Amino acid sequence: MVQPEFVARVGEQLVLEFPQDLYIPPDALAVILESFEGPLDLLLYLIRKQNIDILDIPIAEVTRQYMGYIELMQGMQLELAADYLVMAAWLAEIKSRMLLPRPPKTEDEDEEDPRLALVRRLQEYELLRQAAERLDALPRVERDVFPVSVQPPAIERRQEPPKVALDELLEALRTALQRAALVEHHHIQREAISVRERMSLILLRVAEGAVLLLDLLTPDEGRRGVVVSFLALLELLKGGQIEVERDAEGLFLVSVKTEAC
Amino acid sequence: MLTPLQQILEAVLLAAGEPLSRARLEEIMGEEVDAAILDEALRGLAASYAERGFELVEVASGLRLQARERFAPWIARLTPERPARYSRAVLETLALIAWKQPVTRAEIEAVRGVSVNPNILRTLQERGWITVVGKKEAPGRPDLFGTTRQFLDDFNLQCLEDLAARVFPEPAKER
Repeated sequence: MVQPEFVARVGEQLVLEFPQDLYIPPDALAVILESFEGPLDLLLYLIRKQNIDILDIPIAEVTRQYMGYIELMQGMQLELAADYLVMAAWLAEIKSRMLLPRPPKTEDEDEEDPRLALVRRLQEYELLRQAAERLDALPRVERDVFPVSVQPPAIERRQEPPKVALDELLEALRTALQRAALVEHHHIQREAISVRERMSLILLRVAEGAVLLLDLLTPDEGRRGVVVSFLALLELLKGGQIEVERDAEGLFLVSVKTEAC
Repeated sequence: MLTPLQQILEAVLLAAGEPLSRARLEEIMGEEVDAAILDEALRGLAASYAERGFELVEVASGLRLQARERFAPWIARLTPERPARYSRAVLETLALIAWKQPVTRAEIEAVRGVSVNPNILRTLQERGWITVVGKKEAPGRPDLFGTTRQFLDDFNLQCLEDLAARVFPEPAKER
């Protein structure tokens, strides 16, 4: 590699000697070896350490330092990521292209500084590096801020029993009456059945657990028995002592009215 | 003094245990409360917390009450282990996905100049911050990555523009 006449250039000013305080001894590199996130990160570090204008990189000097780092990595027998070698090759390519005499400029050909592509990638990476830092600085849930919550009061989720329309109830009565009609003629004697008495009987049965409506309207008492039972049910419903719901199969279920809490 | 509506809002927000959107709050509050009434009530509620250890904030998923950032050191003592610190590789990858989304792994590698360890993407996916938003119409149909609403919630952000304004030098691309 050709020895440059100066080690750095700040704007138009040439720095002829390498400033001692800016030199990165290889030992120091070893310490920070692990902290680089790749070749771009390392290059940015080298460039920033030397206060070089990113738009005006002395490729030869930077490449020399970069290669020093690579050798150090190899010396420490670290597994050298291929990305670092690709960058080394790229740096060498840039330098060699800069050394080549440029063909006279033609109108349609845009001969740009071979360093420009590198500069663009470095600038983009620099932006990303800053973005990552700022992102990390944002207040984060479970690290900086903590959602607040209180124990909600115990909520008993009571499922609303399905509403039973009167005509549905009447339909059930009709079914029961039809069933009763089938067996009515078997009855020879009829008991006198009072509604009040039937109300008590129903309450007693229901108290032991929910009963199907059709089981209460027993056909074996005949049409009259069914009507009395139904009247008793309506009285109890009106008085709020029982409630009628539909079970999963759509059958009417009579049960003791539970107090809403 | 809080209005009855504000007291209800406070109770609901505290009990929810997750951010509640304005639409959800309106739904909970019933018909008399429209967006304007809700907005005013929430403003008043937020202002009333000026001297409290917590605050009302709006993130991507909605409104939530949270302990103020400056009390984090004390809250951290509640749990013995320190919250996980993410490596620069993880943070850079996350920032890049947020910035250039939807983005493929190859595009991430192009900007970072190093190959992306699959563990990094897996870590971010498991954390719920990134997700595969589609496939790129390119050879191999690679996965396209994007950030999630959870990511915005967890970084105290309302939207990607909010993120761009605070983190990136130029507006993040629209999803």
